[in-house]
Amino acid sequence: MGIDRRKFLTLAGLTTFAALGKKVMGSSIEGQADSLPGSPTVKRWAMAIDMQKCRQHEGCRECTIVCHKIHNVPDFGNPKDEIKWIWKEDFEAAFPTQDHAYLPTELKEKPVIVLCNHCDNPPCVRVCPTKSTWKREDGIVMMDMHRCIGCRYCIAGCPYGSRSFNWRDPRPFIKEINPEYPTRSKGVVEKCTFCVDRLALGQPPACVEICPEKALIFGDINTPDSEIREILKTRHSIRRKPSLGTNPQVYYLV
Amino acid sequence: MLEKALTGDKKYWGWIAFVLLLIGTGFLAYLRQLDYGLGVTGLSRDVSWGFYIAQFTFLVGVAASAVMVVLPYYLHNFKAFAKITILGEFLAIPAVIMCMLFIFVDMGQPFRVQNVLLYPTLNSPMFWDMISLSGYLLLNILIGYISLSSYHKDIAPPKWIKPFIIISIPWAISIHTVTAFLYAGLSARPYWMTAVLAPRFLASAFAAGPALLILICFIVKRLTRFDAGKEAIQKLAVIATYAMCINVFLVLMEFFTTFYSGMPEHMHHFQFLYIGLHGHNTLVPWMWFSAILAVVSLVLLLTPKFRKKEIMLGFACMAVFVSIWIDKGLGMIVAGFTPTEMGTVFDYWPTWIELLISFGVYGIGLLIMSLLYKIVFKVRGETKSDNEIRIATTAHN
Repeated sequence: MGIDRRKFLTLAGLTTFAALGKKVMGSSIEGQADSLPGSPTVKRWAMAIDMQKCRQHEGCRECTIVCHKIHNVPDFGNPKDEIKWIWKEDFEAAFPTQDHAYLPTELKEKPVIVLCNHCDNPPCVRVCPTKSTWKREDGIVMMDMHRCIGCRYCIAGCPYGSRSFNWRDPRPFIKEINPEYPTRSKGVVEKCTFCVDRLALGQPPACVEICPEKALIFGDINTPDSEIREILKTRHSIRRKPSLGTNPQVYYLV
Repeated sequence: MLEKALTGDKKYWGWIAFVLLLIGTGFLAYLRQLDYGLGVTGLSRDVSWGFYIAQFTFLVGVAASAVMVVLPYYLHNFKAFAKITILGEFLAIPAVIMCMLFIFVDMGQPFRVQNVLLYPTLNSPMFWDMISLSGYLLLNILIGYISLSSYHKDIAPPKWIKPFIIISIPWAISIHTVTAFLYAGLSARPYWMTAVLAPRFLASAFAAGPALLILICFIVKRLTRFDAGKEAIQKLAVIATYAMCINVFLVLMEFFTTFYSGMPEHMHHFQFLYIGLHGHNTLVPWMWFSAILAVVSLVLLLTPKFRKKEIMLGFACMAVFVSIWIDKGLGMIVAGFTPTEMGTVFDYWPTWIELLISFGVYGIGLLIMSLLYKIVFKVRGETKSDNEIRIATTAHN
């Protein structure tokens, strides 16, 4: 039985169409495949935030301070120009759909740590017109500050407010420049990188290391017996805006 | 033919000087923005797109609306549009150029703009927007130039131009559709994430564009001997009427879905626009003014007695244009970011530098439009009037 010309053309056409479709819809299709647990050969970094431990330490800003210090994040002292990678947010701002009047006060009234969710299906990556932001094999959503054209489409696309823009030259507003890490120029977007360069040296992210309550658990979520997998098995966890299908990889232990 | 733009009376040169002044101040303001960064604008971490992107969105509509004269003329052989079709095409050219400039001045790193071409990204609507806008610009330059120069040389337009004209029709629809896709696919912004955004953009464009064209015809009639003709004006008025009805209908659809479903994250944006949110109500008077103008314009346009009176029609067209400008050029973008994804409200208002840069971009558009229209009137003034009839018939072949 041979394939006739007509059949061949149909098949060829369908294949091309499917390939094109994948190219255009790329991120959402890949996102689904990546979210399947298992595949122990591929690392997938994720974070769990123990809200019980975190709120023990009222007024603590250790993670923000160390992160912003080593990454040369400027402090402009006004909300308009503000740049932040990891910070505390009100519960209802971080979890607008989870908020209700009768929540335990310690949950409702204590702030929550927020940062880039390193989504499996990141909208910021989908919209970027220059591939300046992309998802690595290990799940980290990265930024290339040298390619970024500053169109801020990724900021419009991010449902978590995780991205900041350099509205002006940040360098004069960095208290003490860390020579180990680059500074940014005006006109580019930046955000948390899960301390990708520390991971390369086998170190955990700086926020995880500094946390006095050890409230941040970081690890490879594809490894079944990893610390993060174990804790997610035993504790109830929520994620920010899971209904949007972004599959965020920062889990909150209630 | 192009040198005809360089002849004119004192009034013409006075106008050109005024427009150049706008461009000059805009350019100086832009130098300031280049030096300091986009922080000179009212934009912030929370409201990260504003006046520039809103003007871009509005002007894509003006550019696309040229199809409202091109389609009846070329597809339906509606001869009354013979004279104004070129005005529509020559309105689209400066409008698209302004769109591109508004995107350019909004960029944090404008000198990296080539990265969009160096790393083409098929999954980004912004890439497709660039393709559709530049294609539309080239089409309109080509079609406008060829038809006018044929007229000038007293010959029929070449046959090969016809396919380009036909392509320009769906292409015009595409530019505003893709522009809506920039916003309508973002789950982060419930105000924009609606399937009627593209139809709504098109309807408002096909109301505001023809309304602007009618106003231009009125102005031009006073300044030159060019008369678009009553039939053409009235037909344009009917087009604007239908489009405005559809536009208002689609806006009401948004209200129903949003408020009947009662989903807070959808309602908050409308509340911010029409009643204010957490005490923030910068846009409330504007949005109500826009709504009142929409109603007034519909009363004037839907009543034949009013629509047929030049002065009333003029008022109606101004009402349509201003109403839609407020809706798209002021409310649409800012409301997408207000409240923010965190539920907070940051008051945005354009700064003076931002406005001066915007006026500068509008100045460039006005300059290009004035020069192009000057050429058209000069060419038309020189040639015999029965040419128009001939062009109309040959164009249809």
